Amino acid sequence: MFSLDRWQEIFQTIAKNKLRTFLSGFTVALGIFIFIILFGFGNGLKNTFKEEFLDDATNTLRLFTGKTSKAYKGFKTNRQIEFKNSDIEDIKLNFPFYLQYITPRITRYATSSYKNESNRYPTQGVSPSHQYFEKTIMMNGRYLNTNDINNKTKNAVIGRLVARDLFKQEKPLGKYISLEGVAFKVIGVFQDEGGDNEERVIFIPYTTRQLLEKSTDKIDQILVSFKPELGSKIALIFEKKLRLFLKSKKSIDPKDSKGIYIRNVAQRASQNDQFASVLQYIVTFVGLGTLIAGIIGISNIMVFVVKERTKELGVRKALGATPRSVIAMILQESIFITTLSGVIGMIIAIFILRNLGDTLDKFFIRDPYVDLSTAIFSTFILIIFGAIAGYIPAKRAASIKPIVALRDE
Amino acid sequence: MINIENLHKSYKMGSNTLHVLKGIDFKVEEGELVAIMGSSGSGKSTLLNIVGMLDLLDEGQYTLDGVIIKDLDETKAARYRNKFLGFIFQSFNLINYKNALENVSLPLYYQGIKRKERQEVALSYLERVGLKDWATHLPSELSGGQKQRVAIARAMAARPKVLLADEPTGALDTTTSYEVMDLIQKINEEGKTILVVTHEEDIAKMCKRIVRLKDGVIVEDKKVNQVLASNYV
Repeated sequence: MFSLDRWQEIFQTIAKNKLRTFLSGFTVALGIFIFIILFGFGNGLKNTFKEEFLDDATNTLRLFTGKTSKAYKGFKTNRQIEFKNSDIEDIKLNFPFYLQYITPRITRYATSSYKNESNRYPTQGVSPSHQYFEKTIMMNGRYLNTNDINNKTKNAVIGRLVARDLFKQEKPLGKYISLEGVAFKVIGVFQDEGGDNEERVIFIPYTTRQLLEKSTDKIDQILVSFKPELGSKIALIFEKKLRLFLKSKKSIDPKDSKGIYIRNVAQRASQNDQFASVLQYIVTFVGLGTLIAGIIGISNIMVFVVKERTKELGVRKALGATPRSVIAMILQESIFITTLSGVIGMIIAIFILRNLGDTLDKFFIRDPYVDLSTAIFSTFILIIFGAIAGYIPAKRAASIKPIVALRDE
Repeated sequence: MINIENLHKSYKMGSNTLHVLKGIDFKVEEGELVAIMGSSGSGKSTLLNIVGMLDLLDEGQYTLDGVIIKDLDETKAARYRNKFLGFIFQSFNLINYKNALENVSLPLYYQGIKRKERQEVALSYLERVGLKDWATHLPSELSGGQKQRVAIARAMAARPKVLLADEPTGALDTTTSYEVMDLIQKINEEGKTILVVTHEEDIAKMCKRIVRLKDGVIVEDKKVNQVLASNYV
């Protein structure tokens, strides 16, 4: 099929018809360019979404309390329910089959200060297994341990941004910070992928928090994780049993929907997953739309090109061009232009995406990218459709009798 | 060279059928210079188109250089046209983005001749029509007469058996017309068979034979004493 002569013929046609070549090439390049940029942005949105919502452990149940709405077993309605330390022990004892980790969480805002720096942060009284729930990553020092819990130590683990706010350039480890006037020793600094707010937190032993609050044994919240291998269906059974167990322990009417609340993070996570895939559909849909617009663009230009060349093709046929050679000439030219400009559009788009990096973070687009196979595939599709779009008018032009094509207008 | 027997051709115009050629018998020997004359609608252009295999006949037989021309599909017609025929049109039909040399070498390209040889042959034909110095000029840079001479060179370049000229002087002024006819006569003197469709008497008289068509039949077919165009140039 390769013939130097035909290529020379095509290059000459291209070189002598610059506007036409530029128009069709530009359409193709633009189509591919927009498709890849949009697709990359879509992926960036998905990335942001994943990082915002999926940084915590998903096999988690969050337990908290409220007021009852039904009278039961001699108790009045509107009774405030509270968790106590014994609840943790009871859950551990009764649900060993389901249970992976469990931790109390007592959140109090505290004015925290070191030397002249001072700020308000949430402090969370937790047990060592809390590290699992937040996927807390230690940068320096250590997390809380059982010794801290048992001895009610005044040790604190502070977030990266707390350390930056209070200590500036100093090394925080071993220094003492004041939480509402009580001195705590910094034993660790952590980071968290969940964003700035999750790095402006101070963890202390929950027993110490209880000690500070007049040796109470009350707990705000309990975080429970089930063994991930159980799957979400069994997790629902666990959630149900846990609710019944706690209601009976706290003497709450089993039919009372208030009093004890359980949030299943796994369910939320699956909703988020669904949302993410809807996002993916939208992105794909928009991308396909652009691609189709590109294809229609090329088709229009090809129809125009063939129309414009009808007379020339008639002359060529009168001089002995076969229909085949006419079609081949038009197709080869259009495929050459679409391939070249398609690849150019693709490369520019990929280059721009690569260099965007995190500059669009504030528009919720993080690390926009397109995998090379998608980019090449879409370019290929556009070339194929460009060829088909060119073939139909080319075939019609080739079958026009030269006498019709040559007729003077 | 050309032998046509009992040629019929009609066109469908909506529900009507227009019978354009009604039984033409027509013979051309090698080396003849024939003018086909007639008013518009007489069928002279249709006859030329059928001879040029640009159009198909309905009935009858057409033999060109001993080859019976029938069952023409586009590919076959293209091959015959390239091998047997050279066309000269009223409106020149040069390809506007190709220069004179490239236009002349185009039929050679379709004969599969190599680029270098193509250019040599094309240049020699341009020289014969006196336009060697204009080889690299685009059609838009040439006068009407020069364009037609390039077109004649192009028609000659493929070394066809027959040259078909459809109103070759129709777009030219009188002086230029005679120049073109002078060139056609010279080519004919070298032995080429040429058919010229025209409605101008003076052009027809520069041929060796005049065939008159009226309403789809040949009404007159006579040899004439050729007027030499060079007398007027």
